[in-house]
Amino acid sequence: MSEMNLVQAIQSGLRNAMREDQDVVLIGEDIGKLGGVFRVTQGLQEEFGADRVLDTPLSETGILGVAIGMALHGLRPVSEIQFADFIYPGFDQLVNEAAKYRYRTASELHVPMVVRTPYGGGIRGGQYHSQSPESLFIHTAGLKVVCPSNPHDAKGLLIQSILDDDPVVFFEPKRVYRALKMEVPDEAYTVPLSEAKIVRPGEHVTCVAWGAMLFEALSAADEVRKQGVDVEVIDLRTLWPLDIDTVVNSVKKTGRFVVVHEAPRTCGFGGELVTLVVERAFLHLEAPPVRVTGFDTPFPLTHEREYLPLAHRIAPALLQTARY
Amino acid sequence: MQVIRDDGSLDPNLDPGLSIDQVVALYKAMVRTRVIDDRLNRLQRQGRIAFHVGSLGEEAAIVGSAAALRDRDWIAPCYREVGALLWRGYPLQRYVDHMYGNAGDPVRGRQMPDHTFSREHRYLSVSAPIGTQIPHAVGVAMAAKKRGLDECIGVFFGDGATSSNDFHAAMNFAGVYRAPVLFLCRNNGYAISLPTSEQTAVRTLAEKSAAYRIPATRVDGNDVLAVWKAVRDGVDRAAEGGGPSFIELMTYRMGGHSTSDDPRVYRTEEEVDAWRRADPLLRLRKHIEQRAAWSAELEADWQAVCDAEVRACVRQAESMPASELREVFRDVYAEQPWHLREQEAECLGGPRARDHEEGSS
Repeated sequence: MSEMNLVQAIQSGLRNAMREDQDVVLIGEDIGKLGGVFRVTQGLQEEFGADRVLDTPLSETGILGVAIGMALHGLRPVSEIQFADFIYPGFDQLVNEAAKYRYRTASELHVPMVVRTPYGGGIRGGQYHSQSPESLFIHTAGLKVVCPSNPHDAKGLLIQSILDDDPVVFFEPKRVYRALKMEVPDEAYTVPLSEAKIVRPGEHVTCVAWGAMLFEALSAADEVRKQGVDVEVIDLRTLWPLDIDTVVNSVKKTGRFVVVHEAPRTCGFGGELVTLVVERAFLHLEAPPVRVTGFDTPFPLTHEREYLPLAHRIAPALLQTARY
Repeated sequence: MQVIRDDGSLDPNLDPGLSIDQVVALYKAMVRTRVIDDRLNRLQRQGRIAFHVGSLGEEAAIVGSAAALRDRDWIAPCYREVGALLWRGYPLQRYVDHMYGNAGDPVRGRQMPDHTFSREHRYLSVSAPIGTQIPHAVGVAMAAKKRGLDECIGVFFGDGATSSNDFHAAMNFAGVYRAPVLFLCRNNGYAISLPTSEQTAVRTLAEKSAAYRIPATRVDGNDVLAVWKAVRDGVDRAAEGGGPSFIELMTYRMGGHSTSDDPRVYRTEEEVDAWRRADPLLRLRKHIEQRAAWSAELEADWQAVCDAEVRACVRQAESMPASELREVFRDVYAEQPWHLREQEAECLGGPRARDHEEGSS
């Protein structure tokens, strides 16, 4: 066990996976000598060599397309896209190739690859270092989408994602890369995909969040507790395929549902979650479900703290839902 | 580079030294590809298959490349190279079943015709977006190199693909990592309707490889021995650790882009006629006839054999049921998640489309 922040825990997971399996390779921009712009891969090229930690030319199409080829021929590539905002040049490779290879070859060929990418706002990054594009990948059949919130889950989910035989887009909440330290095992372990976690049990309202917003949801839950509202907070951890039972069972208990995400509201994952909850727990609902989300604008700089669904916006939504 | 001269004789300085049996085998494969092509075009015109993308006039570029690769080498196809897959022994019945999307289709009716694959034959899967297979090929080559395997990969693409971002990304990665990959550019004159002269301002596509420090060869793509020699040289270079090669195969798409195309709109009959005289089959036939290894009688016999073979496969394919409806919901993930189990049950238990074919549930 060691005290680790999110960056250190992800790095520890990569190191464990690479020590256990020669076929795990890392591929991305500035990840070798520099150790990545967030230092997640620091020291890994030194330990595993330049043929397993590849500093690539500056092309997301190249990184993701080449990683697919590597995965087709027996490697388990973990690519890093420096910021989720820069993933779009490789979008075609993810959506039309990685996601569909298994389907179009009836599982004879498949693409066991992980795409790590820091996402989200709150670091004064403006519109090109703050985006949360998870719903684009959830919408794509064939991709799995993971988004941890804390160091322990991040390491276990990452190792499980590397072991998984399907392509996984692994969103890392960069806003909390160094915000929180916790005890994390030094050895390898896994956290299963598609299992959400009730991080705070409660009776009155179900609040679902993921990544950095999980902490905002917890903070808002603390705040409304003083006013007698007891919130159950669920950390989705894997966004897709979704752990539907944990979410729906919670709503059946509380009768009230609030979902929080940084991404813009329209066609965001919150809309899908609300629909699933309404379809499966309609008769249990005591109030209209509520989405607390980023707004339908590009991500702003100066007023990012008003754009983000931070605790100051979540708490009133929880109260309003509880008192409906 | 040209090996077979117009009169059918070989340039002794460039002759790669294949035995006459090997040369005849290449010719027979090229004829077989064309006979199959012709039959599939007719089936599409009769409304019996949805679509076909043929290789009329490009058989030497395709079969010659496949023959020069070793069995352990991979092929990343564009979509016009089924001749290469058949050269590797892919069963014709499987291909025709794929063209029908029936229960024998290895793609399970999930893709348009001419989008097949074969892991067994080291032939990657076809996808329609242009150029996306090129970085895959570089990744396969890099994986082979990392794993210490003596393998390379030939990746096919057309002249149009040299404008795609995937092409440039892949060439750049291959150059940087010296990946054992052969870029097999079938310059067939057109990207659907756009002539190569309007696709790029450079005079030859081979020039593009200079920017990535990848050695380039430009060969007569209608000369199967020139193609064979250029590709085998590339295989040898890759095997010796020399990295990638770019081979521009100068050829001509004598047919339309696909069965959905009408090339009369954008090119003249005179232009096509000139290329008909450069037909790769005619030149090779002239050569093997000169060497007394082929004759009009053998030609008629072989065409009849190929035609009977494809007709039998078509009969069999048309007697097969459609691929099963549940296949729509399989192979999305390694394990089927809850939402696809639910949607499969919903679809299978729900109403059928009005034109739903019998036996396809």
